[in-house]
Amino acid sequence: METNETSVPMKVLVAFLFLFLLAPVILVVPISFSGEQILSFPPESWSLRWYAALADNPKMISAFWTSLILGAVVTIISLAVAIPAAYVIVRMRTLGSAFLYNLFTAPLLLPTIVLGLAILIVFASIGFLGTFTGLIIGHLVITLPYALRVLATTLGNLNLACEEAASTLGGRPLTVFRRVTLPMMAPGIVAATALCFLVSFDEVVITLFLTGPRLTTLPVELFHHVESRADPLVASVSVLLILLTLAVVMIVDRTVGLSKTFVK
Amino acid sequence: MTAIAASMAPATPRLALGRTGTAIALLLPIAVINAIGFILPVLNLLRMSFNEALAGGGVREAFTLANWTGLFGDTFYVELIVNSITVSLGITLATLVVSYPIALYLHRSSGRWRTFLTVLVISPLLTSAVVRTYGWIALLAEQGPIVSTIAAMGFSPPRLMFNTTGVIIGLTEILMPYMILSLLAGFGRLDPRVEEAAMTLGAPPAKTFWRVILPLTLPGIALGCLLCFVLAVSSFITPKLLGGGRVFLLATEIYDQAIVTLNWPLAATLSMLVLIIFGAALGAYARVLRAID
Repeated sequence: METNETSVPMKVLVAFLFLFLLAPVILVVPISFSGEQILSFPPESWSLRWYAALADNPKMISAFWTSLILGAVVTIISLAVAIPAAYVIVRMRTLGSAFLYNLFTAPLLLPTIVLGLAILIVFASIGFLGTFTGLIIGHLVITLPYALRVLATTLGNLNLACEEAASTLGGRPLTVFRRVTLPMMAPGIVAATALCFLVSFDEVVITLFLTGPRLTTLPVELFHHVESRADPLVASVSVLLILLTLAVVMIVDRTVGLSKTFVK
Repeated sequence: MTAIAASMAPATPRLALGRTGTAIALLLPIAVINAIGFILPVLNLLRMSFNEALAGGGVREAFTLANWTGLFGDTFYVELIVNSITVSLGITLATLVVSYPIALYLHRSSGRWRTFLTVLVISPLLTSAVVRTYGWIALLAEQGPIVSTIAAMGFSPPRLMFNTTGVIIGLTEILMPYMILSLLAGFGRLDPRVEEAAMTLGAPPAKTFWRVILPLTLPGIALGCLLCFVLAVSSFITPKLLGGGRVFLLATEIYDQAIVTLNWPLAATLSMLVLIIFGAALGAYARVLRAID
């Protein structure tokens, strides 16, 4: 763009605002290499002691494994449940498809603090609190809407011609779905997988209501840690979390492209 | 949602089970999870707000408006509600002010540079709110870089953490990506040629901004403000951690009543109040949109 040249003060302002936006995320990297006993910035000495402390912290490590397994289970169930649902809603066009779509994505409209409390009260009466089953269902409530949204959009944008050709040539509906529709949905499935995993792995508020003293996820453990004391341990966990997120995002970027997945 | 409905193609499958039977079977799992994890809990929460709270965490089935009337008769809660709304409005305004230049700059940039900057804007969204709040605790702490810089300049060091100021600073930053993306989505009507025309006709930059750019971007501003206000009113992690238990807002109070005090009817009533505020915000948004058109 030759015209509308951005003026220098505007550029400085935008750079400053970007710094404001990114500062807290960038800051955890140097803090994680702090040699100090308490949280301080800039640290007066550098060391790897907080990564060593992390390795010696069984609570954090077990919370990490819980989060990882929970995220994987929730993602698999989300796909298994949302793919057929998206197919029915978009392709079979039953009575009230639009209503069902709105109903199944409605949990995203509620604030997590309200949804978490609502789930807590019901789960308390059926003994789901502090159990893995409770966590799975609680997370599915928010991952399913994301999965359904991404998959329904993908299906809606697919060209029907291939599927029609396959079924005209005598393909049975299930075969057509498995051999034609599903492969064409691949980019949407990759996006939904990444989104479900990240949403589940990052979820704090609903999970806070559902975890118990013996079963907790990494974000909840981090929350309790920050609430009780401020030391650089959280920074070292954060750096590892950021690296994990970056890995997931890069896989998505390589396979389907980032902007298609997260920018709508 | 209408776009999805519109893109639905006429159905073709011929299944032995019968169309309706297959459809129901395929929708059953999502319907069951939606029922146990969403519909039932939310209806139960509404019902809970009319129950009677007993001392020590008990709940008696009742149909009383005591929780609702008690809320508006107690100055602590009236103050809490007013405070939540004003703080959230303040955060929304602050977020708009710091996000607008970035959105405008992004709208005008192009190519790889634009993609790179967009990724920078989205990347905080992929980072846990706990991590970002922790970053703010490090930045705003008493011996932190910001307070010591202000002190070194000869001013009396301000308290930026464990109070409302800290919560406002932290949440403003945390909500920025949502505001920037909403603004960008609404900037479609902003054609660079319109700005050029205004400038060519002799309008000074400030006048071009107030008379041309700002009115054209109002739909994006309205959308971003709605989203940020709603997220601010219901945000929990940042007020809880940066407020250090000294800032009382709706979301933190819901959590404390539910987990610490074990007064579920009151927590349920406060939750319903949050939803009512959501509804009011949506209504205001619809009116603003109609006024713009």
